[in-house]
Amino acid sequence: MAASSKPGSPRPPPSSSSSMAQDLFNNFSFSKTLKLKTKQQELLIRVTVLTLIYILAFITRLFSVLRYESMIHEFDPYFNYRTTLYLTKNGFAEFWNWFDSESWYPLGRIIGGTLYPGLMLTAAALYWVLRFLRFAVHIREVCVLTAPFFASNTTLVAYFFGKEIWDSGAGIVAAALIAICPGYISRSVAGSYDNEGVAIFALLLTFYLFVKAVNTGSLAWALASAFGYFYMVSAWGGYVFIINLVPLYVLVLLVTGRYSLRLYVAYNCMYVVGMLLAMQIRFVGFQHVQSGEHMAAMGVFFLLQVFFFLDWVRHLLSDAKLFEAFLRITVTGAVSVGAIALGVGTASGYISPWTGRFYSLLDPTYAKDHIPIIASVSEHQPTAWSSFMFDFHILLILFPAGLYFCFKRLSDATIFIVMYGLTSMYFAGVMVRLILVATPAVCLISAIAVSATVKNLTRLVRSQSQAVQSGSSKGASTAKSSSKGVIDNSQPFQRNGAILLLLGAFYLLTRYAIHCTWVTSEAYSSPSIVLAARGAHGNRVIFDDYREAYFWLRQNTPPDAKVMSWWDYGYQITAMGNRTVIVDNNTWNNTHIATVGRAMSSYEDEAYEIMRSLDVDYVLVVFGGVTGYSSDDINKFLWMVRIGGGVFPVIKEPDYLVNGEYRVDKGAAPKMLNCLMYKLSYYRFGELTTEYGKPPGFDRARGVEIGNKDIKLEYLEEAFTTQNWIVRIYKVKPPKNRW
Amino acid sequence: MLRFALTLLLFTLAFGVLSSSPVFSDLILAKVDRRIDLTSQIVRITTSLKVENAGSNPISEILLSFPENQAKHLAYLTATLNEGKGKGKASSGAGLPTEVVIPKDVPDSLTFYSVSLHKGLGKGESLLLDVLAVFTHALEPFPEKISQADIQLLLFQDTAHFLSPYKVMVQSVAVKLPEARVESYTKLEGTKLSGSELKYSPFHNIPPFSYLPIIIHFENNQPFAVAEELVREIEISHWGNVQVTEHYNLFHGGAKNKGEFSRLDYQARPYVRGASAFRRLVARLPPRAHSVYYRDEIGNISTSSLWGDSKKTELEIEPRYPLFGGWRTAFTIGYGLPLRDFLFESDGKRFLNFSFGSPINELVIDTLIVKVVLPEGSKDISASVPFPVKQWQETKFSHLDLVGRPVVVLEKNNVVPEHNEHFQVYYKFNSLSMLREPLMLIFGFFFLFVACIVYMHADLSISKSSASYLAKVQWEEVQATVQQIHNIISHCLTAHDKLEASLRDLSRTGDVQACKATRKSVDSLLKGVSKDLKPLVTFLQSSPQAAHILPKVEELIAKERDLQERLMAKHTTVVDCYEKKLGGREIENRIASNQQKITSLRQEVDDLMEFIDEI
Repeated sequence: MAASSKPGSPRPPPSSSSSMAQDLFNNFSFSKTLKLKTKQQELLIRVTVLTLIYILAFITRLFSVLRYESMIHEFDPYFNYRTTLYLTKNGFAEFWNWFDSESWYPLGRIIGGTLYPGLMLTAAALYWVLRFLRFAVHIREVCVLTAPFFASNTTLVAYFFGKEIWDSGAGIVAAALIAICPGYISRSVAGSYDNEGVAIFALLLTFYLFVKAVNTGSLAWALASAFGYFYMVSAWGGYVFIINLVPLYVLVLLVTGRYSLRLYVAYNCMYVVGMLLAMQIRFVGFQHVQSGEHMAAMGVFFLLQVFFFLDWVRHLLSDAKLFEAFLRITVTGAVSVGAIALGVGTASGYISPWTGRFYSLLDPTYAKDHIPIIASVSEHQPTAWSSFMFDFHILLILFPAGLYFCFKRLSDATIFIVMYGLTSMYFAGVMVRLILVATPAVCLISAIAVSATVKNLTRLVRSQSQAVQSGSSKGASTAKSSSKGVIDNSQPFQRNGAILLLLGAFYLLTRYAIHCTWVTSEAYSSPSIVLAARGAHGNRVIFDDYREAYFWLRQNTPPDAKVMSWWDYGYQITAMGNRTVIVDNNTWNNTHIATVGRAMSSYEDEAYEIMRSLDVDYVLVVFGGVTGYSSDDINKFLWMVRIGGGVFPVIKEPDYLVNGEYRVDKGAAPKMLNCLMYKLSYYRFGELTTEYGKPPGFDRARGVEIGNKDIKLEYLEEAFTTQNWIVRIYKVKPPKNRW
Repeated sequence: MLRFALTLLLFTLAFGVLSSSPVFSDLILAKVDRRIDLTSQIVRITTSLKVENAGSNPISEILLSFPENQAKHLAYLTATLNEGKGKGKASSGAGLPTEVVIPKDVPDSLTFYSVSLHKGLGKGESLLLDVLAVFTHALEPFPEKISQADIQLLLFQDTAHFLSPYKVMVQSVAVKLPEARVESYTKLEGTKLSGSELKYSPFHNIPPFSYLPIIIHFENNQPFAVAEELVREIEISHWGNVQVTEHYNLFHGGAKNKGEFSRLDYQARPYVRGASAFRRLVARLPPRAHSVYYRDEIGNISTSSLWGDSKKTELEIEPRYPLFGGWRTAFTIGYGLPLRDFLFESDGKRFLNFSFGSPINELVIDTLIVKVVLPEGSKDISASVPFPVKQWQETKFSHLDLVGRPVVVLEKNNVVPEHNEHFQVYYKFNSLSMLREPLMLIFGFFFLFVACIVYMHADLSISKSSASYLAKVQWEEVQATVQQIHNIISHCLTAHDKLEASLRDLSRTGDVQACKATRKSVDSLLKGVSKDLKPLVTFLQSSPQAAHILPKVEELIAKERDLQERLMAKHTTVVDCYEKKLGGREIENRIASNQQKITSLRQEVDDLMEFIDEI
């Protein structure tokens, strides 16, 4: 087409290109005979693209299934899997009333009242639907594929959200960006069966429906958003973000004078219905009216009523002065009543203060000083720049550009996405795991930037080519008209520049796609239960020690055996080993965890007393000294000391350090060399040569020769050690006869 | 040891009583050779009997007797006639039928099996009979608990004299041990131990029911793999596949492990510091097995390897951890097989011919459950198994099943490799039923799409008179109208293009007449168009919904009309000039002002068109 449309081309167009043009023309006429109007064509393309994105979002998350197998990953998903299994086996009522005696021995755990059931119910519902449709699937497959499935659904929501705040082009770009964004993929690969998998979908859905409700003022949309909120509350503790962001947004609209009846309808309906629904979740209960974190929403709710009331009064009062006086009285009255109510509520203890987790969001240093158990989790650390770049790539640059476009076209919807983007970006900076919450906002705002830029550029390119085309029609009969020349003179540069920029944008997006695929394949698709390494000959070596140990526990220990381990492995032991644990990943009881931490950091005889008092039969430690696996218990040990010391002052961190340095070799602190964790990790390790040319007892994870090679166990005996020594299980001996 | 002494005492008592009982029959066992194979956990006793009829009546059954402690472990028993006079091992034909009988006047502690002969044994005749008896759990570990480094020692007890209701003339016993190391054994006259073979030399003229206990205490580090329960599921798909799934619940049935397990020791010298443990099992699968998997409840087990040739497929599996005495594990192996190798047809019935036992070597199975899952819609189901089993039927629901698949369940206790015989399941199945499931899928999708189409085309609003519904309907009408206007204008624009083209032709060919003809046709076309436009615009004007797009539409129409007029004027001018034969420059000058306007108008019209198209 380009060749034939050149203006006043002096030479006759080459026959080949003209025939090609003819072909193209024929194609167009063919599409005309199909009677596809432009709009229908656009619809067809859009639906096709969305379908492709939907599929892409699903399959890009399947790396781990193809590399390893269809299995549940990490730690928390094992609990979710176990509960889902229980739910599908025993039904909802049993699940809701389940008292789990296998965890937190001897306390036990009321499962129904201490978990967000959304994920399990979703997976179980999918399972039942598939069963009803006569697909004999296993619940494990459903669980493994739940997260990718919901990621696909999220792309659809992102499309509609983008369409709502900008246009359908931005919607499609947003869907494409979020489909492969590593920040989201990190929590939604196949097998990562965690709350976040469905929660991000619910979060975005709630926001979308709420924005839609604000835009239309329709009760139906507001109600839908309330149900979206309910789903979110049932799925993840991150719902607190919604219940604070939405009132903040309403407040901003109020302050900027954008108050409208639409907003009033949307917020009131969403808040009241959403709150009532959320109270049905036992874990959340009455927090919406009792906890400090939810008070902002309630305050804004009352403020809206005051606004409405004032509006009405202004409507009645024609006198502006009178109204102003009234306004002053009402506002001061309302604010003071609110403040007094809050003060009384807090003082009387009816309204609980903010929790530590919430504090640590507002003040990143809070957790480190006050709650070591939160600080000990690596995903609660402040985010490094590199992980932003890793998870967002070019979106990090497009995000401010998108903000610029949003500010240029301010509307209720763009204000929302701007606020969502800015607040979540802040939270992402405070905690690594909250990058996840920021991802949809970043994708949407970046999509606006991409879509708006590309649209502007293509408009420029297309209008040029059109002008040229119409100019060509008279090129033969007339020479170049001077007026046209004037328009053209400024254009070639602009046009070429536009094309160049388009190519640049295309290149960037391509890089983004490549980066995302690489990150997904390399970083986020490892199940972390099975470790893989490259052997000396480039072959893949699989370390399946975790499952080896858990399966040994499952098969070769008495069914009522109690296993003590650090809390990280609690969920896995109960799910895969099917044995009772003392503590697990649901870190609700700090004292109990501290007791285990104390046992691990005491001398063997003291630890024996603690273990006897907890009825411990087996102790499980994770040890990476043979394989060089660095996230083992020795490297986590200082947190055990800190958490144990936080409750039991007998444990003092400096006892385990030498000049503030943590070491395990000969120069280590004597208490360190004789504490239970050290003994259990290194028992008989001193006789083993791990690396050629190194002395026996060379710890490959830390790169030193261990300090205490002659370890004798008095109260415990080795029961099992896995093939690569990664998991070691010890049996607690029964007390000796007293005569 | 105390227990042994007790049982021995009991036996002596029993036989003391027996010694007065009458001679059981006229049969005489002229020669008995017993070979006891103790090389694995399964005890195989091969006995060849030379039976003579010393009485006058023909005899058609021979009794075999086992003491109670052996009878309860007896897993398999066959008796075959050995007709080849030479020392050919080929025993003739199938085994003779054997069954449990309880003859009169015999002690309760003995269990009798009767072997029925095809034809009676006449007076003075003799025959050779080979009897194979296989026992499980007959070896007792002693000591019962050993530590990791200890070797496993076992006790085996039997009688040196062949226990029989008949008189035995000459008898010998040979015991084959797995290793030369023997802790202790009962020494009788003429007992010889050479290498790993223990021989009790010939005994002569043994009276009926004579029992001479022997005990052998020996080393055996063979894998004692015992499947507490094995469920084999054989699922037939008439699309060409037999899927076999085997769920094993396995334990090490030898001496229990006590004390600690040291990985270091095991790793350094696995055959010394873990001699009694086993770490791998070998399964011999049928040839052309494919899609083999090996997993357990918590996922895939990566330690397995597979070889295959045209005769067999060999699967070597390693449990997640080495199995020491008393340790247990559970796993599942599954594989697919081509249907044509196992499914046959006879008399209008199909039948599956499949091996009964486990493909794993030297495995003892306490409870074996074989489930044959037949395709949905199979009828007249029957099974034939060469040995007695418990049998019943179940239903299984698998993919796309409505009524469930019929399942034939066969259960047998105490199964040894000798039970790996073929069994048959007969059933009737209509080949057309094969198409049921694909058709279900096709119709499922078909109805899904139909439902979508219906949904897209049906008007599902509840209230047909509500304001929003009416507004929606009106808006759709407005949209349709605008679309029509758009179409008409684009027709006009193509007409304009035609005019321009005719002008170009004119400049090239100078054919004024052709140009005029084009002009005429375009004129008439445009006239009709403007007539069509009128009602549409009036409709838009009357509709309140169109209020905000009406100005744009009107602007578009006005601009187009303007464009049209100017184009006509230009056309007329150019044609006139050609008729007057004016020069190119002159023509250009005349139309220059018009041309500029036309270009800009065309641009505006295009923009408007685009805008309207987006509505």
